[in-house]
Amino acid sequence: MATVTLKDLRKSFGPDEVIHGIDMEIADGEFIVIVGPSGCGKSTLLRMVAGLETVTGGEVLIGGERANDKEPMDRDIAMVFQNYALYPHMTVAQNMGYGLKIAGLSKPEIATKVEAAAELLQLDGLLDRRPKQLSGGQRQRVAMGRAIVREPSVFLFDEPLSNLDAKLRVQMRLEIKELQSKLGVTALYVTHDQVEAMTMADRMIVMNAGVAEQIGTPMEVYETPQSLFAAQFIGSPAMNVLDARIEGGRVMLGDVAVAETGKRAGPVKLGLRPEHVAPDAEGPLAMEVLLAEPLGANTLLHGRLAGTEIAFTASLQGVHLASHGGEAMRFGVDPVDCHLFDPETGHRL
Amino acid sequence: MEKRVTFRGWMLPLLLIAPQVFISAVFFFYPAGQAVWQSLFIPDPFGLSTQFVGMGNFEYLFGDRHYRASFYTTALFSILVTLASMIPALFLAVLADRLIKGSGVYRTLLIWPYAVAPAVAGVLWLFMFNTRVGVVSWYLGQLGYDWNHVLNGSEAMGLVVVASAWGRISYNFLFFFAALQAVPRSVIEAAAIDGARFWRRFFTIVLPLLSPTTFFLLVVNVVYSFFETFGVIHTITSGGPQQATTILVYKVYSDGFVGQDLGSSSAQSVVLLLVVGLLTVLQFKFIEKRVHY
Repeated sequence: MATVTLKDLRKSFGPDEVIHGIDMEIADGEFIVIVGPSGCGKSTLLRMVAGLETVTGGEVLIGGERANDKEPMDRDIAMVFQNYALYPHMTVAQNMGYGLKIAGLSKPEIATKVEAAAELLQLDGLLDRRPKQLSGGQRQRVAMGRAIVREPSVFLFDEPLSNLDAKLRVQMRLEIKELQSKLGVTALYVTHDQVEAMTMADRMIVMNAGVAEQIGTPMEVYETPQSLFAAQFIGSPAMNVLDARIEGGRVMLGDVAVAETGKRAGPVKLGLRPEHVAPDAEGPLAMEVLLAEPLGANTLLHGRLAGTEIAFTASLQGVHLASHGGEAMRFGVDPVDCHLFDPETGHRL
Repeated sequence: MEKRVTFRGWMLPLLLIAPQVFISAVFFFYPAGQAVWQSLFIPDPFGLSTQFVGMGNFEYLFGDRHYRASFYTTALFSILVTLASMIPALFLAVLADRLIKGSGVYRTLLIWPYAVAPAVAGVLWLFMFNTRVGVVSWYLGQLGYDWNHVLNGSEAMGLVVVASAWGRISYNFLFFFAALQAVPRSVIEAAAIDGARFWRRFFTIVLPLLSPTTFFLLVVNVVYSFFETFGVIHTITSGGPQQATTILVYKVYSDGFVGQDLGSSSAQSVVLLLVVGLLTVLQFKFIEKRVHY
C-alpha cells in the first residue's frame, strides 16, 4: 500500500516533449484511471511510474520516496500489460511464481501463494497449463495473478482489457475493480475507453496531447468538464458543441436565446450533452432529424439544427420512431446543463 | 474446407517438382549410390580392375586404429567448432540488441566474415599463425610462448577450430540477432518488474525463448563442422600433424584422392553419411522435445 505523487512530470523523446508536466497526488488505495485517445501520452506516463521509461523532468514519488532513479524491480509495483506479456515457456504456476522465486522464497511458500491467487482468480485447474493453451480471459487472469502474488504497493494496468471481446471486457472490468478494492492496493489504470474510465475510477486523469486536461472523480468530469476536450471525450454519445455567443446575459444560438447566464458577453462554445435535451414544443432548439438509432432503452437521434449544417445529436428515453428524413423536432434544455467554454483556450467559463 | 491446393492429375505436380528431383538425383543420389557401390570393391594398385569384397572394406576400416582415432578427432572438432561459433555469436547478438545507436554499422561489420570463403579464411589464419612469419606467432614468441602448430597437434586443432568458427560466428550472429529482436519487449519488461536483473532475465526468459533458433543452429553448425570445414583443414594443416586434425571428411579425401584407395574412401563416405543422418535424427528426436513453445 502506498501513495503515488507526480510532481511536474515531464518526458521528452529527443527534442520532442510528449508529456508536458503532470502534477497529481494519489491516495493510498485509490483507483486512478488515466484516459485519453491513442498517442496522448497515457501509456508513457504509466511506464514512467513503472520505471520502464526514464523521467526527463519532475519527480515520481512512490510511498513518499523519490523513485526516479530506481529500477522497476525496486519500486514495489506490479504491472499488467496489454498483451499480458506472459512467459510462453512457463506454466501458469511458474508464470505467477517467477517473481517470488527471484525474491528467494522457498518452494512451499511460493506454492501456497500461487494457489491462493489462483483460487481468488478461479484459475485452480489451470496451473499446469502453458499460456498458449489458455483463452484470452484466462491469460488476462494469469497476468493479474502474477501481479497480485507479489503483494505490491501499486498496481499498474496498461489497457489490460483491450484484447478481450466486449462481453468479457465488462465482466473483467468488474472483477478487476472488485479485486482492487478487496486488496486495497493503489492502482493506476490506463485506457482509451471512457466507459472503463467512468465505471472503474475513483478519480480519473483525462489526458490530451501530453497534458492532463482534468483530474477529478468521474461525476465531476461528467458534470463539470473543465475543458472542451474533457467534455467531448467523456460521455457517450459525445457532447454537442455549438458556436454561440453571450449577449445581455443570455446564451444566443443564432437568433435564439437558449439559456440565461451570468458570464461576460462575447463568443463562446456551447456544450450540450445529447441526453440532457428534452422534447419541448416551445423549446429553443429546432432540429431536423435525419436518422434514428433505437438502442432499446433509449434512442439516438442524429440530424442538424434547423436551417443550418450544424450536426446535432439527441438521446431520448424509450423508443422514438423517426419518420424517414427531415422530421422537425424542438428541444428544451435546462440552464444547468449548458456547458460554456472559451472558444480560444477551450477552458470552461 | 481443404486449404491446400489439390491437383486433379499427377502430371503437373510431377513437372513442378522435377527440377528439384533432377538436382537431387544428379548431385546427391547418383554420387551416393556410386559411393555405396564402390564401397563393396577394392581396385588393384593400378586402378585397372576391381574385385568384389562385400563388407571387406568396412571390416578393414573398423579394425583400423587411425580410422577410430579420426572419429574421436571429428567429435572433438565438431563440438569445439559448434561451441566456438555459437557462444560468441550469441554474446555479440545480445550486445547488438542492446545498442540503440550505430547498431546498423555494428551488424554490417559483424556479417562480413561470412562472405569470406572457408579456404580463404584458412589462408588468412595460416598467415597470422605461420611459425616463421606469422604476426600472432611472433607476438606469442615475444611473450615466451613457442607457437608451432606444424608440430603440436593441440595447437593445430586449436587453429583449425578458430579458423572454422570465425566466419561461422557471423552466420550464427544473424540468426541470434533476429531471434532476439523477435522476443516481445513487454515480456522482458514484465520480467524486469518481477525483479529479474539483466543476466537473470537472459538465462530464465530470453535463452528459453531463443531455444528454437539455438536448436536450428546446433544442427546446422554440426553439419557444417563435419563437411564444410574441409577447405580450412586442407589449407592450414592438411590433416596433420600426425593426423591430429584429420576429421572424417578429410580422411575420405586423403585416402581416396591422395592414397588412391577408392574402395576404402567410398566405405568411409558411406559411414559418414550414416553418422550425420543418425546425428540429425537424434537431435530432432531428443533435443527438439525440450525446445519450448
